Amino acid sequence: MTASVVAPEASPENVRHPAVVIEPTTGWAAVNFRELWKYRDLLMILAGRDVKLRYKQTVLGVVWVVIQPLIAALIFTLMFGRFAKLPSDGHPYLLFVFTGVAVWNYFAGVLQRAGNSLLTDSRLITKVYFPRLAIPLSSTFSALIDLSVSLAVLGVLMMIYRVSPTWRILTLPLFIGLAAMTATGVSLWLAALNVRYRDFVHAMPFMIQVWLFASPVAYATTIVPEQWRLLYGLNPAVAFIEGTRWAILGSSSITPQIVTVAVALSTAVFIGGAFFFRRVERSFADTV
Amino acid sequence: MSNTAIQVEGISKSYRIARALVRQPYRTLQEDVIALPRMLWKRALGKSEALETFWALSDVTFSVHEGEVIGIVGRNGAGKSTLLKILSRITEPTSGRAEIYGRVGALLEVGTGFHPELTGRENVFLSGAILGMRRSEIARRFDEIVSFAEVEQFIDTPTKRYSSGMYTRLAFAVAAHLEPEILLVDEVLAVGDSAFQKKCLGKMEDVAGEGRTVFFVSHNTQAVRQLCTRCVLLDHGRVIADGPTDATLAVYNQRLRDMRVDGETGINNPENRRGSGAIRFTAVSVEGLEGAERYTFEMGETVRFRLSVRTNAPIRGLAIVVALRSGMSRELVTSARHVVTTDPIPQGDTATVIIDLPNVYIRPGEYPLYLHASEAVQSPLNYDVLDDLTPPLVISAGARSPHDNFDPSQPYGVFSLPSRMTVSEWPNGNKKAETTEERATELQQQLL
Repeated sequence: MTASVVAPEASPENVRHPAVVIEPTTGWAAVNFRELWKYRDLLMILAGRDVKLRYKQTVLGVVWVVIQPLIAALIFTLMFGRFAKLPSDGHPYLLFVFTGVAVWNYFAGVLQRAGNSLLTDSRLITKVYFPRLAIPLSSTFSALIDLSVSLAVLGVLMMIYRVSPTWRILTLPLFIGLAAMTATGVSLWLAALNVRYRDFVHAMPFMIQVWLFASPVAYATTIVPEQWRLLYGLNPAVAFIEGTRWAILGSSSITPQIVTVAVALSTAVFIGGAFFFRRVERSFADTV
Repeated sequence: MSNTAIQVEGISKSYRIARALVRQPYRTLQEDVIALPRMLWKRALGKSEALETFWALSDVTFSVHEGEVIGIVGRNGAGKSTLLKILSRITEPTSGRAEIYGRVGALLEVGTGFHPELTGRENVFLSGAILGMRRSEIARRFDEIVSFAEVEQFIDTPTKRYSSGMYTRLAFAVAAHLEPEILLVDEVLAVGDSAFQKKCLGKMEDVAGEGRTVFFVSHNTQAVRQLCTRCVLLDHGRVIADGPTDATLAVYNQRLRDMRVDGETGINNPENRRGSGAIRFTAVSVEGLEGAERYTFEMGETVRFRLSVRTNAPIRGLAIVVALRSGMSRELVTSARHVVTTDPIPQGDTATVIIDLPNVYIRPGEYPLYLHASEAVQSPLNYDVLDDLTPPLVISAGARSPHDNFDPSQPYGVFSLPSRMTVSEWPNGNKKAETTEERATELQQQLL
């Protein structure tokens, strides 16, 4: 149709369709999944770049990824387990905390990297076209490497404590998936807002800190009074942290309601984030 | 009848700049929160925020046929880059429509996505993917890319250890192997040495020779003339001329010449110029020794600058700099500073200074002018600069050669200095040492 307007001399059988139509977009646009799929190699190469840079620029490299959660877990164990004598749902406190720290670090890592990603890669945005979603999404994948290292360390700890996993370990990918979806959804909002409002650079570390203490990383959900549980469960981190514990250690205070609420909430944040990102994406190159 | 490759219909792009936000494109949350009630109130009343709209492009329409090599020329701020950014989908137009038939490769800079910490190999894959290549495609062309760039031994070395030449070669090699049907190129040629620029131009000629479409944005009219058959001139976001390169460039050059009387940008407008305003150029004329005003000279001719200045405040002496930029790299290639006087000059005084520049050794090409007037003592405030505000100097080869070794078919560099050869040892044979002159005599005898 359009092609015949463009080239009236073309006979109907060789009417060509444009490979690209450039027009101003108005209103809300959905994510173009077909295009994103076409750029899947870029997504993986960007994720690979993140991982390589992370381990290349430091002397200790991968050792940091082992030490950092381990020390955090040891401190939490000492403070909350030894001194405050908080309950740990019957698990060794170190194992209990380390599981939480591992999955939390993944979540916080995605937020941190993806949230700033558009600013870090602003040169790319102003010089070349590709689906901008690839930039924050690559963080969701690159942070998985750190998570795998942490989970390997957790495996060693479990052997030391002679704790063996049950069949529930098979559900682990589901909870990691929930963490990934929540993290991605939130970071789509953060990344897009960050381009428009530079305040978020300062607000983000603070927000992550507050979120950490509002989540059952260093303590168990059971210390939250019964009547507040449902409200507490509105934090989707509760579901994927306690869920990960349930999958790895075999039991936790997770309930089906908490999981349902978290899945619904994360999905909403994710879809909303995708639309919002698409909405502001078109002005990135002009504002970044 | 060839097919259309790019169809642009009524493309406009505006940037809205709120007066308060002129200096910062991004906002702080606080500002928006405070401004929110006022904005809502205004919106309820049907008034929008007082925004200044700047039209980077207005109603641009043209089409490009398959296999055509089209040049887009215009001064800085004419909208060339905005047009390129819209066609390469980096930014969206405000209105209008463009259709592109075929795979697009956009080259807005050399080394897009390169990271200095990564090795050459990693960067080839990264940059290739960013430019739109599949991993398998890059892998297939990898060896070709590396040998084109001539960095085989260093391919697993971080690119931060590369020389700038190696870096640019590798970066360009990736882009050159993109093999798009439509190539959009910005002034990437402005980087790198002239040998590299030649390589870029050569590669683009190859692309054009293979029947692919090239869309070339530049204010280097020399390169445009060399590459493009057709040319579009943009000014203030509008298409001024569209036609054969020579015709469009003639319009462009005419407009450059007329620029001196253009109140907005020319030297008659002292408003948007740097310096305190204590001293201002009031007239600039470039002429030949015969006295006629012109901007085109043959190699070897003397270029005469007739520069008038006026003082708007008392100043301490007067010095004038006449300099030429390279049309390719924009670097200053030569400059001459002349102190006119060290005596104080009162307010409201005028002076006309003539500076002659014998251009014996400047190669054919386009040389934008950089003119500077200041106090005789180096002053941070009392000066005036005309940088690119006059037509560029155009040097052509002409009939006479400046010296014996001048070879216009080897157009490398800015200058062609005379040189002398002496052979102290012959590669095969036992002839005695000889010099250029003797060699020339010998060659002549052989020919006779």
